[in-house]
Amino acid sequence: MSEKKPALWLRIYALLAYAYIYFPILILIIFSFNTQKINVRWEGFTLQWYKVLFNDQNVILATRNTLIIAFTSTIISTVIGTLAALALQRYRFPGYGAAESLLYVPVIIPEVVMGISLLAFFASIGLTLGLGTITLSHIAFNIPFVTLVVRARLHGFDKSIEEAAMDLGANELTTFWRVTLPTIMPGVLSGALLAFTLSLDDYVITYFTAGPGSTTLPLRIFSMVRFAVTPEVNALSTLWVLTVFIVLLIGQIAQRSQSPQQTR
Amino acid sequence: MAAETSSVSPAPRFSLIRQLRESPHAQGLALISPTLIYLLFTLVLPLLLVVVLSFMTRGPYGNIIYRVNLGNYTRLMDTLYLRILGYSLLTAALTTVGTILIGYPLAYYIARTPPRQRSVYLFLILVPFWTNFIIRIYAWIMILRTEGLLNSFLLKIGFIQAPLDILYTPTAVLIGMVYEFLPFMVLPLYTSLEKIEPAQLEAAADLGARPFMAFLRVTLPLSLPGMIAGSILVFIPAMGMFVVPDLMGGAKTILVGNLIRNQFLTARDWPFGAAASMLLLILTLIFTLFYTRRAGFGEELLV
Amino acid sequence: MSQFAVELRDVVKRFPNPGGGEITAVNHATLQINHGEFFSLLGPSGCGKTTSLRMVAGFEWPTSGEIFIDGKPMGRTPPFLRPVNTVFQSYALFQHMTIFQNVAFGLEMEGVSREETRRRVEAALEMVQLTGMGSRKPRQLSGGQQQRVALARALVKRPAVLLLDEPLGALDLKLRKEMQLELKALQEQVGITFIYVTHDQEEALTMSDRIAVMNKGNVLQIGAPVEIYERPNCRFVADFIGETNFLFGKVKAIDPDFVIVSLHGSERELVGIPLGKFYSGQEVVVSVRPEKMRIFDDTPLKIGVTPNQPNCFPIRIINTMYIGSDTRIVIDFGGGTQLKVWEQNHLSTLDTLAYYAPGQELWVTMRPENVLILPQEE
Repeated sequence: MSEKKPALWLRIYALLAYAYIYFPILILIIFSFNTQKINVRWEGFTLQWYKVLFNDQNVILATRNTLIIAFTSTIISTVIGTLAALALQRYRFPGYGAAESLLYVPVIIPEVVMGISLLAFFASIGLTLGLGTITLSHIAFNIPFVTLVVRARLHGFDKSIEEAAMDLGANELTTFWRVTLPTIMPGVLSGALLAFTLSLDDYVITYFTAGPGSTTLPLRIFSMVRFAVTPEVNALSTLWVLTVFIVLLIGQIAQRSQSPQQTR
Repeated sequence: MAAETSSVSPAPRFSLIRQLRESPHAQGLALISPTLIYLLFTLVLPLLLVVVLSFMTRGPYGNIIYRVNLGNYTRLMDTLYLRILGYSLLTAALTTVGTILIGYPLAYYIARTPPRQRSVYLFLILVPFWTNFIIRIYAWIMILRTEGLLNSFLLKIGFIQAPLDILYTPTAVLIGMVYEFLPFMVLPLYTSLEKIEPAQLEAAADLGARPFMAFLRVTLPLSLPGMIAGSILVFIPAMGMFVVPDLMGGAKTILVGNLIRNQFLTARDWPFGAAASMLLLILTLIFTLFYTRRAGFGEELLV
Repeated sequence: MSQFAVELRDVVKRFPNPGGGEITAVNHATLQINHGEFFSLLGPSGCGKTTSLRMVAGFEWPTSGEIFIDGKPMGRTPPFLRPVNTVFQSYALFQHMTIFQNVAFGLEMEGVSREETRRRVEAALEMVQLTGMGSRKPRQLSGGQQQRVALARALVKRPAVLLLDEPLGALDLKLRKEMQLELKALQEQVGITFIYVTHDQEEALTMSDRIAVMNKGNVLQIGAPVEIYERPNCRFVADFIGETNFLFGKVKAIDPDFVIVSLHGSERELVGIPLGKFYSGQEVVVSVRPEKMRIFDDTPLKIGVTPNQPNCFPIRIINTMYIGSDTRIVIDFGGGTQLKVWEQNHLSTLDTLAYYAPGQELWVTMRPENVLILPQEE
């Protein structure tokens, strides 16, 4: 759209909107350093809640579980989802339309329905709920998102670079490793990043597929929030926001250094 | 040499490789099959199981009696459940409208800033979006609760005498939902607004449209695909949401999501929960089909 | 060494049509390309020239017929086992590799030693005047430079045949003209057979030893540039290569060397040379190129041409366009026919009377050798 500066009222509006988005998060962060436990009134600066947090065995266990699930499901769903993206973007085969629609299903069905269906399924085949079932479920909802992101990247893919590689003597496998994969790598990485965050963030599906001892961070935060408002949650939230901010910033910078390629 | 025919090419060592090489269909199927097999077991079969369950009956101990009947569905037609359903639809609709009202001007603003700044503004939208959503609800609980920030502030300036009970009301649920889903509306809206060429607005002005008319007749229709994608991304999860009502609505607010969750985990009436899930699923499918018929579905959803 | 570098024998390629049915991209093409030849496949888009090239490269397989490279039938040999290399229209450079790595890729696939690779890549880069650019990435280079990298990458493999798919298509006109000459010089220097696909007839005429003109999947004519231009074998070739005028008529008389055609819509008769076999009364097309006609004022006798001689007719000027080197004139030939005539501006003058004016009544002549009689096609 236009390069002209937006109107004054629009700029004021945007400012207010960003204030609305960031105010709650800011409050969260500020009160993680508050000495007062119950009231939302500033009493004095302390790091005590961070100390409590780092000694909370439940939180530590939940963090470990969350990371195990996130890494495993990201790796597996990225591999499977990338293959699907290649299939859908590059080939036509019997059942193409059905496969494409199937991949949209996890994106559009309500999470709670997916959650209870997995719960019922795991129960019916006698699978014990735990880290395993959570990971299996996360892979299921991550595959479509990875596929969507990688497909978008494949959209402008110049097939002739693969033909060039074959023409220069590379067989299909070498062509894939040396040419196709490095070219779509940015897309694969952003698909993986999305999968990782979705897994890290998921509450609903995890809630239905978790068993004893497999509590993840979102589940842990939920039960902490439900019982009482405690600054320990603020401290945890602050660390979470900070991590997200840093990871996203790195992603942005990495993308920016890649961008001349996209302008082609 | 003339007698030689096309079969005299060097034969690949494995006939499987050769077949793959010569059949694009086989290549495509080979690449898609892990996904199909995986989703068969984690999506298709579980959903079919829910369909089957919804026609069964709960036994006395929470077990399942395998006798096909429509009892669960007739039970759903009870006013109690119809009211929950209607209330869920209303909440989801209001959430969608709320995100459009707040999100549209914001997306419009971002699309009109110089390209270099845009990525910064988008980044600022993304940060809360990537932050855990229970944390975001928690932030609002801190603000809205009886002894929370809003009440202390209003009491201090003397605007109110006694603290307001906002938390654990439907209003609180709505506030939480709009805040949760705002990025899902802003990003697709931005994507479609950003694609509008300045020349189209210049053409509208050239043909005599004042800025407001140009917005109404050019910008708004062109941003419709983004609004539709955003509505799908907001409405569907809002319909099935049970976490926000749990944390911010207290026991007073119960949505379809809560109903399903309770049937599965508290009441242990899986067949009835399954029937409620089917109803929710059908409603969301109708909604999606209705909207996707009117606009292409894809690019905007990708952000 | 076999007789031909590349041979297409009765090659057919059909593609499934997305809307159902099949499209014939190449229809019974037979071509023989000699060793060391610069051979062009020329035709409008969709004529099957690129598909033919891709079948030689191994990206597509013929539906029927056979392709031979250096006498060996290719069958379904994959591209990486064929002794040919391709320069792609989009260059298809590997964006994630440096220029050096791009050029070295093919040698690496052959398992050439590190030392020899370095030597050969540097020689190849020098050949295309990109010495010292090896450590850059493709997108840091201009379009012309990227084109040269694509060329070096293919040539470094020392292929038996180099396939070029509209390699200059993305360059601007000036650079394109430069590269045409450079490519031709390079081909003579390395002595490799070039098969060059283009839709630009001028480019094909400039560079090729021989040209195959294609249309709708069919190879229409194969010959040296002069043959293609001066003796086209059908109406399409005459029309596609250069510019021409078409007139329509019926064969009136046949001489051993010349044919007399009586034109439709007028009493006029043209004498020309037959390109094909004709019989009396046959419907024909007459092609006369605009630069091969001469316009004279009302005294044709002055230069020894009399109005009674063949192919000399009174005409009227409709309009003229001065384009510097030439003047392009549209004349009314009578019988509702308009013809384009190009005259070189031999004389430098500002005198407006030296140029033709619309409405002037003049004469046109054309030598019988310049009047080409072609069979009328359906």
